[in-house]
Amino acid sequence: MPTVGVKRDLLFKALGRTYTDEEFDELCFEFGLELDEITSEKEIISREQGGSKASGASDVILYKIDVPANRYDLLCLEGLVRGLQVFKNKLEAPRILNNERRTAAVRPHAVAAVLRNITFTQERYDSFIELQDKLHQNVCRKRSLVAIGTHDLDTVSGPFTYTAKPPGDIRFKPLNQTKEYTAAQLMSLYKTDSHLKHFLHIIEDKPAYPVIYDSNGVVLSMPPIINGDHSKISLNTKNVFVECTATDLTKAKIVLDMMVTMFSEYCSQPFTVEEAEVVYPDGKTCKYPELAYRKEKLSSGFINRKVGINEPTEKIAQLLTKMCLRSEVTGVGDEIQVEIPPTRSDVIHACDIMEDAAMAYGFNNIPYTTPGTYTVANQFPLNKLTELLRQDLAAAGFTEALTFALCSKEDISDKLGKKISETRAVHIANPKTAEFQVARTTLLPGLLKTIAANRKMPLPLKLFEISDVVLKDETKDVGARNSRRFCAAYYNKSPGFEVIHGLLDRTMQLLAVKAARGDGYHIQASDDSTFFPGRCAEIFFRGKSVGRLGVLHPDVLGRFELAMPCSALEMDVEPFL
Amino acid sequence: MADTGVLETLLRRIEKVDDGVDSLEVATSLGVDHQVLVGAVKSLQALGDLISAELRSSKHWELLGEGTEIAEQGSHEARVFGSIPPEGLGQSELMKLSFGKIGFSKAMSNKWIRVDKAHEGGPRIFRTVEDIEDQVREKLLLVQRGNSSKLEEKEKNELKKRKLLSEVTVKSYWITKGSSFSTTITKLETELTPEMIANGSWKEKKFKPYNFEAMGVAPDCGHMHPLMKVRTQFRQIFLEMGFTEMPTNNFIESSFWNFDSLFQPQQHPARDQHDTFFLSDPALAHGFPPDYLERVKKVHSEGGYGSQGYKYDWKVEEAQKNILRTHTTAVSARMLYKLAQQEKFTPVKYFSIDRVFRNETLDATHLAEFHQIEGVVADYGLTLGDLMGILHEFFTKLGITKLRFKPAYNPYTEPSMEVFSYHEGLKKWVELGNSGVFRPEMLLPMGLPEDVSVIAWGLSLERPTMIKYGINNIRELVGHKVNLQMVYDSPVCRLDS
Repeated sequence: MPTVGVKRDLLFKALGRTYTDEEFDELCFEFGLELDEITSEKEIISREQGGSKASGASDVILYKIDVPANRYDLLCLEGLVRGLQVFKNKLEAPRILNNERRTAAVRPHAVAAVLRNITFTQERYDSFIELQDKLHQNVCRKRSLVAIGTHDLDTVSGPFTYTAKPPGDIRFKPLNQTKEYTAAQLMSLYKTDSHLKHFLHIIEDKPAYPVIYDSNGVVLSMPPIINGDHSKISLNTKNVFVECTATDLTKAKIVLDMMVTMFSEYCSQPFTVEEAEVVYPDGKTCKYPELAYRKEKLSSGFINRKVGINEPTEKIAQLLTKMCLRSEVTGVGDEIQVEIPPTRSDVIHACDIMEDAAMAYGFNNIPYTTPGTYTVANQFPLNKLTELLRQDLAAAGFTEALTFALCSKEDISDKLGKKISETRAVHIANPKTAEFQVARTTLLPGLLKTIAANRKMPLPLKLFEISDVVLKDETKDVGARNSRRFCAAYYNKSPGFEVIHGLLDRTMQLLAVKAARGDGYHIQASDDSTFFPGRCAEIFFRGKSVGRLGVLHPDVLGRFELAMPCSALEMDVEPFL
Repeated sequence: MADTGVLETLLRRIEKVDDGVDSLEVATSLGVDHQVLVGAVKSLQALGDLISAELRSSKHWELLGEGTEIAEQGSHEARVFGSIPPEGLGQSELMKLSFGKIGFSKAMSNKWIRVDKAHEGGPRIFRTVEDIEDQVREKLLLVQRGNSSKLEEKEKNELKKRKLLSEVTVKSYWITKGSSFSTTITKLETELTPEMIANGSWKEKKFKPYNFEAMGVAPDCGHMHPLMKVRTQFRQIFLEMGFTEMPTNNFIESSFWNFDSLFQPQQHPARDQHDTFFLSDPALAHGFPPDYLERVKKVHSEGGYGSQGYKYDWKVEEAQKNILRTHTTAVSARMLYKLAQQEKFTPVKYFSIDRVFRNETLDATHLAEFHQIEGVVADYGLTLGDLMGILHEFFTKLGITKLRFKPAYNPYTEPSMEVFSYHEGLKKWVELGNSGVFRPEMLLPMGLPEDVSVIAWGLSLERPTMIKYGINNIRELVGHKVNLQMVYDSPVCRLDS
C-alpha cells in the first residue's frame, strides 16, 4: 500500500478547515484511507540517522497517509484534497478540458501533453516531483512499465523524436551533472547511485537505449533512467512538457492523465491541458492525453441489491457523485448514468461503481443480514483422520511439534545421510536464505531441530507431528503433490526403540489395523542410511511399504547437534483413509 | 520422630500449667539439649492439634571461651597477683606462666604490683596492696548465672570488646494446649493401605494430615501444540456454521490458479520475485482447462462480462509458473471452478485453514510461512450486508462483538473490506482480517451464473493465537525454535472466554 506524506497545515488549508488527529483519522477510515503516522521531517531524520543530524530539519507536522494500491488519483496533496472535498460535498469534481494544439513525437508507446502557463510555488513544485516518484513506484512498477519525464518546454523545440540508439552513440549532460556523458558511461556512473541503480537493469542488456531528442538534437531524456539537464524544470518554469514512455500503453495513458489532471489546477486557465500528437512510424497519429470520460449506465436496483440497502435512485446518484463519479438519473426506470473521469482508472466494472456507492453510504451504516444459505458441513476426510490421530497420540504421551514446510537442501539430504537427487524434492528458484531452498520431503529434520532447540528440557523428549511433505509427481498439473505424514521421535539416554515400536503398535490399534502379514501390518529389517545399521525396520501395510522406524545413525545425530540416542518413526497417513 | 519419653514428659508439663511452657525452660529443667525439645515440638505438631506452639525469640549474653576460663579461675591480673608470694617473684619466672604477660600489664595499671628493677638476681615483682577485688571475674560470674541484666550496657559492651562475652539470639517455642490436647500419643498413619481396608483397621487409626499447600506431582502426558489447538477451535466454529472443509493439501500451485484465475494482473507487485516463492523444479504447470484459460486470458487483456479488463498482453508463460501458494484462495478458485462445472449450481459454504507462503522480510511477527483461515459462501443474491452479518456471527463465536469495516483494495474482491474490532486492552481498533465480494471478472469466466455472488473473508491463524497465549515472538510459537515448556504449560483453547 503506497504511503503519501503531506504537510498537515497545508492539507487543512486546502480542505478549508482544521481537524483534530482523531477527526481526521475517522474521515480517512470512512474514505478507505489510513492515517498511518503523524510525524515531522525532524522526527524521521532523527529516527533514521540519529538526533544530531536532525537539528536543522523542519518540525512542520506531516501526515503519512496509506492509500489503496489502485487509487493513483490520491497519490498527491492535490488529489487527496480533491477526493476528500468532493466526498464531503464541498466541491464538485472538476472536469478537465483538452485544448487542441500540437507537439509531436515518433515511435510507439510514448504519450505526452503540455501544461501551459503554470504557476509553481515551492510546495506545488515539491508535490509535482513527489507525485512522479509515487507513480514511478506504484503504477509504473518501479519504472519498468512506464517512465515519466517532465521538461521546461521553453528550453526545447518540437517536434520531439522518440528513438533508440546504441549506448555509445547517445551523449548528453544528464540532470544535475556538470558535464556530458555517453549512455554507456552513465550506466556505470549510476551503478553506485542509491536511487537510480534500481532502474538500470530495465535497459542495461539491450543493444540500443531509448532516447528523446528535440528538433535541434537536444536530449530531453533517456527513459527510464534520467532526464537531460538542459530541459530541467524549475520554480520559474511556465510551460511544462510531460512525456511518458512505456512498455504498457494502457498504463502510460493512465499515468499521463494522472499527471495532468492533478497539476492543471495551477494553470492560468485551471483544469486545461494542451494535447500532443504522436505520429507512429507507420504514419498513424494519436492525440494525448486521452482524458477519456467514460459513461456507464446501471440501475439503482443493482446497487441496492448488491449492497443490501434500499435507497431511492436519486440518493444513489448523489452518493456516486460524492465519489467523483458524476451521476444523473436518466428517468428510464431506475437507471443512472455514471461518468467515470480519467482519474478513476480503477473503475473498470459496474461492481467498482457499486463499491463507491457503498463507501459513500458508509460501510458501517449497512444493516447486518444473515443469508439463508442452507448447507450441510463436511470435513475433509484426511484432515478428519489427522485431527482424531493427533488427539490420541498426545494421549499416548507424545507432544505435538509444528515445524516449517520449507528448509535447506542439506536438512533433507546430507544431514540425513541421503543424496538430494534421491529425494523427489521440489526446488525453490528465489530463496532469500538457505532455509527456503526446498519444500521438505520428510518431517524428521524438523523434529530433530525441535529437539536440538530444547536440549535443556528434562528427558525423555517425546515428540510427534502429523503434517504435509511435498514430493514431485508428474501426474499432477503442477508436477508435485502433498503427502500427509506421521513422524515421531524419542530422545533419551537409551535409544528406546521399544518405545517408538510401541507407538507404532498403538497407532495401528487406533487405525484398527491388526498386526499380521498380508491384511494387517508388520515390520521387517531394512537398510537405510539415516538409521544405525541393524536398527532399522520398514513398515508394511497390506504388503506395501508405508514408512520406516529405527534408531538414528550417530552421524545423523551429530549433524543435528544431538548428544543422546534417538529413535524415530515416519510413515504415510493417506493409505489408512 | 523424637524419643516418646521426651514427648510424653513435655505433654505432662503442659497439662499441669494453665497458660503454657517455654521450650527453653523445659529443656533446662529436663537437662536436655534445646534442639531435642524443638524436635519434640515438631513431632507433636505433626500429630494434629495436640499442642499449639508459637515461635519466640529472645536475646541473652553468653560467655565465650576465655570468659569461661576467667569465671572459673579469675582474671589474668588477679591470677598474677595471687601467684606473687610476700617475698616477691622474679619477673622472668612470672613471664613463664600462661597468664603472665597479659596479667602483668593489667595488674601494673591497676597498681596491684610493682617492679624492683635494681633487685639483685634480676628484676623482681612485689605486691603493693593486701587485698584485691576481681571485678572482671565477678561480672562474668553474674552473666554465667544468668543475671546479666544486673550489668550496665557499657560494661557488657566493654567485655564484648575483650571477646569475653557475646550476645546470642535464642529461638524457643511457647507451647500451649491444642484443641485436641491429650497426654497420650497415638502414632499417625501416613497412607491408607490395602491391609487396613481388608481388616478394617482403618477405623481405629488416625491419619497424618495432608499438606494441601504443596503442588501435586505433574502427570506424565503428551501435549497438543497451541497453534493447532486454536486451529481445531476455528475448524469447529466453521463446522458449527455449516461450512465444508476444502482440500488444501497442495502447497505447490500454478500462478494461473493462484493469481490469473482471481483476475490478479500479471504485473501485480504480489507476483514479484520479492513477494512470492517461484519453483525452479518443477518450474511450469500444464493442463489448464483450455476453454477456461481462453476466457481468463480474454478478461485480463480485453475485458468482457461488463468489464474494461486490464488491457495488457496476457501471457500463458507467466500463468504456467509454479509457485508456493501465497494464499488458500487459490484452492477456493479451484473449488469455485469445479462448482461452476456442475450441471446445476447449488449454494455452498466452504472453509479452509492451512499453510501459505510469502517470500517476505522476516521479523518478530512475520515468517515465510503462516496459516490462513478462509471462509467462502456462494449463493444467489448475496449482499454486502450478508457478508457483514456472517462476519458478525463468526467473530461472535470468537468472543468479538464490536466490529467496524474499512474500505480497502484487493485485486479480486470488490467491494473489499478490512475488518476491525475494538480491543479493550489496547483501547483502539485493531485489524482482524480482510473480506470482500469476489469480482465478476473472476466468477463469470469460471461459468458461474450471473446472479450468483460469492463472499469471502480471511485472517491469519498465528495472530489470534499469539494474542490468546500472550506470545510476542512468532518463533517461540511456530517452527523448531518453539519453547516446549510453553507447549507443555499452555491451557486449553476456548476462543470465546
